[in-house]
Amino acid sequence: MRISAKTLFGAALLAVLAMATPVRADQDPQEFEVIQRGRYLATAGDCTACHTTPGEPLFAGGRAIDTPFGKLLAPNITPDGATGIGNWSDDDFVRSLQVGTGRGGVHLYPAMPYTYYTKVTRADALAIRAYLNTVQPIRHEVHSNQLPFPLNQRVAMLGWNMLFFTPGEFRPVAGKSEAWNRGAYLVEGLEHCGACHTGKNVLGGDQRARGLQGNDLQGWFAPNLTGDQRRGIGGWSEDAIASYLKYGWNDVATASGPMAEVITDSTSHLTDADLHAIAAYLHDQPPGGGGSGQAVSASEPAMRTGQAIYVDQCAACHTAEGGGIVGLFPSLRAPSIQQAQPTSLIRVVLAGARSVATDGAPTGPGMPSFGWKLTDEQVADVLTYIRNSWGNLAPVVGSGDVRHQRQSLAQGDGE
Amino acid sequence: MATRLPATDVVIVGLGWTGSILAHELAEAGMRVVAIERGPWRDTPTDFPPSYAQDELRYAIRHDLFLRPAQTTLTFRNNANQSALPVRTWGSFLLPNGVGGGGVHWNGQTWRFLPSDFTLQSHLTERYGKNFLPPDMTIQDWGVTYDELEPHYDKFEYLCGTSGIAGNLKGQRQDGGNPFEGARSRPYPTPAQKQPYGPTLFAQAAREMGYSPFAQPSGNLSEGYTNPLGVTLGPCTYCGFCERHGCGNYSKASPQTTILPALIRQPSFEARTNCEVTRINMDAQGKRATGVTYVDTDGQEMEQPADLVLLCAFQMFNVQLLLLSGIGKPYDPRSGEGVIGRNYSYQVTSSVQAFFDDKVFNPYIASGAIGMCIDEFNGDNFDHGPHGFVGGGYMGMVQPNARPILATIVPPGTPSWGAKWKSAVKDNYLSAIAPSTHGSCYSYRDAYLDLDPAYKDRFGRPLIRLTFDYHENEHKMSAFLTDRLAEIVQKMGPRQIVKAPRSGTYSMVPYQTTHTCGGAIMGSDPKTSALNTYLQSWDVPNLFVMGASAFPQNAGYNPTGTVAALAYRAADAIRTQYMKNPGPLVHA
Repeated sequence: MRISAKTLFGAALLAVLAMATPVRADQDPQEFEVIQRGRYLATAGDCTACHTTPGEPLFAGGRAIDTPFGKLLAPNITPDGATGIGNWSDDDFVRSLQVGTGRGGVHLYPAMPYTYYTKVTRADALAIRAYLNTVQPIRHEVHSNQLPFPLNQRVAMLGWNMLFFTPGEFRPVAGKSEAWNRGAYLVEGLEHCGACHTGKNVLGGDQRARGLQGNDLQGWFAPNLTGDQRRGIGGWSEDAIASYLKYGWNDVATASGPMAEVITDSTSHLTDADLHAIAAYLHDQPPGGGGSGQAVSASEPAMRTGQAIYVDQCAACHTAEGGGIVGLFPSLRAPSIQQAQPTSLIRVVLAGARSVATDGAPTGPGMPSFGWKLTDEQVADVLTYIRNSWGNLAPVVGSGDVRHQRQSLAQGDGE
Repeated sequence: MATRLPATDVVIVGLGWTGSILAHELAEAGMRVVAIERGPWRDTPTDFPPSYAQDELRYAIRHDLFLRPAQTTLTFRNNANQSALPVRTWGSFLLPNGVGGGGVHWNGQTWRFLPSDFTLQSHLTERYGKNFLPPDMTIQDWGVTYDELEPHYDKFEYLCGTSGIAGNLKGQRQDGGNPFEGARSRPYPTPAQKQPYGPTLFAQAAREMGYSPFAQPSGNLSEGYTNPLGVTLGPCTYCGFCERHGCGNYSKASPQTTILPALIRQPSFEARTNCEVTRINMDAQGKRATGVTYVDTDGQEMEQPADLVLLCAFQMFNVQLLLLSGIGKPYDPRSGEGVIGRNYSYQVTSSVQAFFDDKVFNPYIASGAIGMCIDEFNGDNFDHGPHGFVGGGYMGMVQPNARPILATIVPPGTPSWGAKWKSAVKDNYLSAIAPSTHGSCYSYRDAYLDLDPAYKDRFGRPLIRLTFDYHENEHKMSAFLTDRLAEIVQKMGPRQIVKAPRSGTYSMVPYQTTHTCGGAIMGSDPKTSALNTYLQSWDVPNLFVMGASAFPQNAGYNPTGTVAALAYRAADAIRTQYMKNPGPLVHA
């Protein structure tokens, strides 16, 4: 197998340019520094996550995006004239980010996170365009809209936008530090964290009152990123947040699943300054979505069964007191364990998971599947035990939850 | 007709410990490296996860991780008067296969050889006189000194995170460590593993007898460790499924847990698995390797041209490929001339079983490399004059496992199956131990490797043929070591002991150790060695041959530490000397 990795030279260059270049409205799209800044911003926006099909040419599109409403295929955004965006004007491109319309004013679906990208400045949008103009044009026709009627009527997005979309570039908040504002620009804009971490209403719009409080999607639970001490990241230092985004782990958490992709494709390539800016902004988020009540009593039958399973199956790696091994086995005394929904935990126990490997932390340890040796009831009990031990507190996991997820996994959902 | 592939800078045959070390060192230096591995890709969570890694039947009995004899094997005989027969089920040793090689299923015992081991022939001759050595013994100096290897031992131990207590730091004796070891530049990267009851009692008895017991250096780590490549290992859980098994807990140093995660991120590295190299290709003059030919699982023959060829297969398969490729002069035991196949050696192990009435050892609290050892009777740490043999070994109470199938010790006279056997296992499982000796095996004129004249592999290539038996010197050594061990064990207060020194003819059937050595040995003289001290072929300067095949004879220690140190030294020479000026690094 050939392992492709970004060269250190490229990454370092990117980092230097990203820090050094001021925003200019009259930038020259042929200029090296503008193109390199665009590449950095495209990385921050993680365009590749949707627009590149693994193993296929960069940005040639076609990757399926499963939404609760049906399937969309990410378009080709290479500069090919016929099938990509080579014939788009700069204004067409900027509008696609800022107001959610494509060439000719056609409405995009919000799987394209224009509700976040709207915060991106015109200068940054044009830098991204300048970079996209330099990638290999690929002739690859993609019929994005695979939705059933009437959802396939793009004009419907007009109404959706009225309800859930507030267009407008990011405006710095007075009284906050430069780093905080840079962090806010990235989190609320290009990095579009809320797209996964904020709950959605029945029409797929963000539940803004519950911003970053966590959300079930693709068979995982994107955890709470608010300042809540128990479920959020209120207990994490800024360094811990930055480390997680750069290396994929910190002293309590290890990334896997969709976040592993985000770290691989996007955040591990950001500058330390930008990572700390993101950390400063997230660290300042008010708590929300925290749980309450009492932990399940250790004398409950489920807890006792769960403890026995834990000692046999889990403690060798995660240690008897759940503390794990930094950089290898995640701590179970962590916010990710106590989320409102146990979706990710059930999934990881049933199917296993692979932690992200980064240049700074290449280990990429894996957790094996236990779905073949534990029943639904046993998975539920051990997770109830883990979620209510060592100071943890979270709702009981039911065997029905496990059964449901087992069926979903068998059907290939969220793969 | 082989498909000719685009050329690369380096082609590596075999992706075990040495292949991984060389691949990483050279890819990091900017060379394009292609590694070709006969077996499959292997990784912890997919191939031996903790959810089923502790399966003795699958791994230890059915040999899940080893080479399949149907893929390739060797033939064996005790002496040149016999006809060799092919080995169809592994016994005496367990040959590895797949990415990680033997590094996946070793015990993790991570030793350095003694300084005098590297100058063995001249050292023993000087101390005891030439006539003290048996006339047919063919031991040689290595051509490299301990001090030259020390930085490379150190690099390997810091790669692995080896757990232990130094006995000699920069010439200063250290309490609790091995007082006989060569000087270390640094302490071990992690503290020694905790010792269970059996080794603790053994150490106490040894200490009372005036010996200096120390914790065996272990590749199963005492605590979490992140190595210089950024790869993290976890602490050992003492499950005792090390040797013959992969470690599911990321605790045992292996290519998987120390190098491969960093190596696969190197953009200039590529691995091709399930591809078996059939020969090293040579130019018309026979002076230069042009690459290798291999066969993939479809039976497609591929030619991979390369500027530099690194043979990193297991010991005897390195020798086989050299012989099949016509590189170097084959060894002839009648004349004693020639170098390829010369000086095969092994390891001479023995044990003392001890049965107790009043002790509970809980032997399942085990790790492949925990144990308390003494080194008073290793190498030339003692005066051999009165004893009439040379060589020695470490001995100790090591507790690598107490697995239910193979590690059930019962007293002599117990039936080997049935109700009485079951009852004896029940009575003795917790209260019996089997301390062991781990002795050297020196080389002889009649112990060698060559190509079998009759038996061929599935490609029609002659199998490698092993001709080997134990010699009187090794029998005497084993009897002596076993007696010394028994004295210590006796002091622990057993009801009964059973001494099992190595005696008689070497048998291919019962498992002894996988430490097969020699056949493409290193040295200072091209007449008596295949490789110079950088493991570079004397005959073909763009070919290097790694592994224990380079050992002129085997010392009284497990070989992996020395194999890896030699590999790091070769990698350093390639990076700093060969790359600037490709050609012979030593002029004979």
